[in-house]
Amino acid sequence: MGQYDNQKTFAADDDSVVVIVGSGAGGGTLANGLAQKGIDVVLLEAGDLHTPDDFIADEWPSFTQLAWNDPRTASGEWRVATDFPQLPAWICKTVGGSTVHWAGASLRLQKHEFKARSTYGDIDGANLLDWPITLAELAPYYDQAEKKLNVTRTNGLPGLPGNNNFKVMHAGAKKLGYTECSTGHMAINSINKDGRHHCMQRGFCFQGCKFSAKWSTLFTEIPAALATGHAEMRTGAHVARIEHDEKGQASAVVYFDRDGNTRRQKARAVAIAGNSIETPRLLLNSASEQFPDGLANGSGQVGRNYMRHTTASVYGVFEEPVEMYKGTTMAGIISDESGHDTSRGFAGGYEFETISLGLAFTAAFLNPGAWGADFANAMDHYRHMAGMWIVGEDLPQERNRVSLNHDLKDQHGLPVADVWYADHANDAAMREHAYKQGTALYESVGATRVYRTPPYPSTHNLGTCRMSERAEDGVCNGHGQSHEIANLFISDGSQFTTSAAENPTLTIVSLALRQADYIAGRMDKRAI
Amino acid sequence: MSETVLSRRGFLKGSGAVLMGTLAASSGAIALITPSRSWALELRHLDEHQSRTLLQFSRHLYPHETLDDAVYALVVKDLDAAAESEDTHALLADSVKQLDAEADGRWLDLDADERLDRVAALEGTPFFAKVRSTAVVSLYSNDMAYAHFGYPGPKGDPGYLYRGFNDLHWLPDLPASASGPIPGASAS
Repeated sequence: MGQYDNQKTFAADDDSVVVIVGSGAGGGTLANGLAQKGIDVVLLEAGDLHTPDDFIADEWPSFTQLAWNDPRTASGEWRVATDFPQLPAWICKTVGGSTVHWAGASLRLQKHEFKARSTYGDIDGANLLDWPITLAELAPYYDQAEKKLNVTRTNGLPGLPGNNNFKVMHAGAKKLGYTECSTGHMAINSINKDGRHHCMQRGFCFQGCKFSAKWSTLFTEIPAALATGHAEMRTGAHVARIEHDEKGQASAVVYFDRDGNTRRQKARAVAIAGNSIETPRLLLNSASEQFPDGLANGSGQVGRNYMRHTTASVYGVFEEPVEMYKGTTMAGIISDESGHDTSRGFAGGYEFETISLGLAFTAAFLNPGAWGADFANAMDHYRHMAGMWIVGEDLPQERNRVSLNHDLKDQHGLPVADVWYADHANDAAMREHAYKQGTALYESVGATRVYRTPPYPSTHNLGTCRMSERAEDGVCNGHGQSHEIANLFISDGSQFTTSAAENPTLTIVSLALRQADYIAGRMDKRAI
Repeated sequence: MSETVLSRRGFLKGSGAVLMGTLAASSGAIALITPSRSWALELRHLDEHQSRTLLQFSRHLYPHETLDDAVYALVVKDLDAAAESEDTHALLADSVKQLDAEADGRWLDLDADERLDRVAALEGTPFFAKVRSTAVVSLYSNDMAYAHFGYPGPKGDPGYLYRGFNDLHWLPDLPASASGPIPGASAS
């Protein structure tokens, strides 16, 4: 029996199961967390099963294989709306979700980032809140998550060896006086561990790890959950809506199977982890007579406060070759700018992380829409390029929003998600600071040209069903439990109250582990 | 090759036209990975003149002096496939006609600077957008381009750890505190 075969299946009218929508960092981890406790789970994944043997070491063909390519729209004042109007986000539709695609950076949020409103104050145009949980409350789960993910430089694990791209970053960091620069905390095996190979430095982290060295729910949580006999995974299951009973509790999940047939799975509780675009879309598409504005949306905050990190990239061209593609995509990090220091002209902070793109995606993303001799000249120097990504805290704004686009339907006839985004002035100031620092860094080690690359379609989608102390400020409480419907949970990055500067996956996993404990406790008490 | 002028219906069966070329002497990296120096692209929807025009248009969009026409022909190949849609076919055919009309003959016969001026003047039009958005993918996402620009692409699949990793020598070596050990290598 294969590791992805269901040991057990559940009847459609079995209302004792927890139904989880999405098998990525949140959903896959929650499924395993519950199954390990003996709680029966049905895991619905819209995508198909792709395993390392299928992964493609070529950017566009891999994108076609793994990315969420169902229709969506981008609107607003960000450049993505102009350059990629049908591709607001680069996330996955495959078993394991975007943990198949992520680069592995695993950073804890900082203490003050959980207290963004208290720390940053009342910033005009921002809809800031403190998280209803603290770093201290989440810390034990960060401990668990770091062990589970084999995060480098934790629990005695060595760091990953630095590659050429990191060597350039490190030399420049030193010139600029930065001191927090290393190959970082990565959920990538630096030694053989847990039956998974060490990293072979392929450089195709975004295209799925063929050696299973990079943590993904695909390699770990999902097979472990299925092995318990308490979890059933259904792939090609595209969830259409969540139903509720007359008491206003979630009662079933309606989905299309791969043949387009409508199925209904009854549920004791429902957890949604479809990424911060599909999760609010599902709640909004589940509107009913009792909940005319969508489920869990009494506050009107479902879909609002969409965050995607203040991102950008800087690419430097050097006299000598770099060959940035050799080895891990995020090969190193600089954390010196990640604190909150308003003398720089903005609240919050950002990280620099190396990034490399292959030739095909460099052409697509270096300067979308560009053409002519200048652009061709940049491409001519591809081998001589080093790259780094800026990832910083963007501020929650009510107007930044995932909503239903009723003019466009997906293959099942459901309204698609529209993602409207505009920078806050704070975001723009942070990006400008990072562009300048990044440029200075590369110039300090001899860059002959430096390119300021605009944000890519979003991979860090956050905040559209945020946690809040008070029901009127958000969608769910500190456990991801919706304020309005006790047995309906938000289990992905949608929960984030603020975006913080760090890559979100480690926090999503930690929240899912904590949520598994909470759901089990509520079930024990018959509270759900 | 038939010289018959094809009806609209005929286009749907294949235009019968073929775009041909020979690798230039300067295309070293590409010549190493191609079995033959001559290449041919069988067209299904576009005629040869349209194809030559679109190939040259792509060269102006992404001008790489030593990148062989064989790679730009991949842009034509994808545009030809897209021309299966009647709307796209009309867009491409009409735009080529328009380019020629404005050149009082053939746009291809203008000198390079004049051709480029006409290309730039079309920025923002659906035709320009179609050719550019096709070209930026077709031109840079193929084995010949990878060879030309020095990107191993799928050849990197086994990983660089034991072949070419950390081989940049124009900067100082990394301190151990910032890096990590190569798995399997003996500790030094």
